[in-house]
Amino acid sequence: MKGLIFVTIGALLLSLVADRRRTWAGIGFGARMLMKILPALVFMVAAVGLLLSALNPRVLESLFGGAGPVPFLAGLAVGAVALIPGFIAFPLAGVLRAHGVSTAVLAAFVTSLLMVGVVTLPLEIRFFGRKAALWRNLLSLAAAAAVALVMAVVLQ
Amino acid sequence: MTARKAGHGLKMALPWAAAGAVLIFWGASRLWPEFSFGERVGRSALSFFLEMAGILPAMFILVGLFEVWVPRVTIERFLGREAGWKAVPWLIVLATLQAGPLYGAFPVAVGLARKGCSARNVFIYLGAFSSLKIPLLAFEVGFLGWQFSLARVLISLPAFIFVGVLVDRLVPGWAPPEFPAPGGAAHDQKPDLIGRRGLEKDRLFNPSQGNEDKS
Repeated sequence: MKGLIFVTIGALLLSLVADRRRTWAGIGFGARMLMKILPALVFMVAAVGLLLSALNPRVLESLFGGAGPVPFLAGLAVGAVALIPGFIAFPLAGVLRAHGVSTAVLAAFVTSLLMVGVVTLPLEIRFFGRKAALWRNLLSLAAAAAVALVMAVVLQ
Repeated sequence: MTARKAGHGLKMALPWAAAGAVLIFWGASRLWPEFSFGERVGRSALSFFLEMAGILPAMFILVGLFEVWVPRVTIERFLGREAGWKAVPWLIVLATLQAGPLYGAFPVAVGLARKGCSARNVFIYLGAFSSLKIPLLAFEVGFLGWQFSLARVLISLPAFIFVGVLVDRLVPGWAPPEFPAPGGAAHDQKPDLIGRRGLEKDRLFNPSQGNEDKS
């Protein structure tokens, strides 16, 4: 995150030195884009607040524990809905594994968490259109299931 | 028509209603301290808001600068339809070098598409961004082991390329939604975005003016 801000400030200064008018036009373009997606962002913040508070490690452990297809599907579903930054998600997955959650379920949870975003779907629709956003998430969910199944076999 | 209008109104109201619900939960936990759910809701919404506020302004400034500085031909050559499969390594390098969550990649992907990156490559870029980020891999290896990370990366790679190809096939003629271009319409050709210095240069070296001087 610090790297991103550093790079942005550098690029901004360089651009200002090169051409001030063009730089302001660029900033204006970015700002208008941001304004256009603002409602989707507000929804995302609220949804994350409500969802993440309902999901805590104890709830996840009870959902993911055991064998069979149910914990696997739960892993896919929770991963698809949740929006957890990686620096929290991987330690959480480590804790879940220490508590006996199987590799297949962890793989399902991690891959669908990374590839599918139900909470960010309104935002994605703003950027890519309804059809493309829905297809990308649906196909990514299928891909996450396939990747997790192959991982489970490979890591056996 | 009216039903459509009502649906639109509902869609406009939903984000604010959800934000209101968060505020109500949080307020309730302030009044009744034993209602800890509300406090957790408020805290996680705030921390997520701060995360976004740290990433998105910088992201949008970069996308704006990209829009005005990067020539369309460059992106078309490396990531356009003609680039074929040679575009995939570029997309992966581009995606893995960036940090941050997937929603930060959305404006970048649209910025690329506006410069001629093909639809298939836009969705492969999103796939690469979601599954193979170097800063995240370090975390993953630390907590889940390198076997888990390696297997996930190697198996995800063909999977998200396949997803990109399929989305391209399923949504024929995909183009990014309209965002108002900087300085009005097609700025690639418009002289007013070359900048004042550029315009002055144009006037100085304008061939028609030169002819007038000679006559």
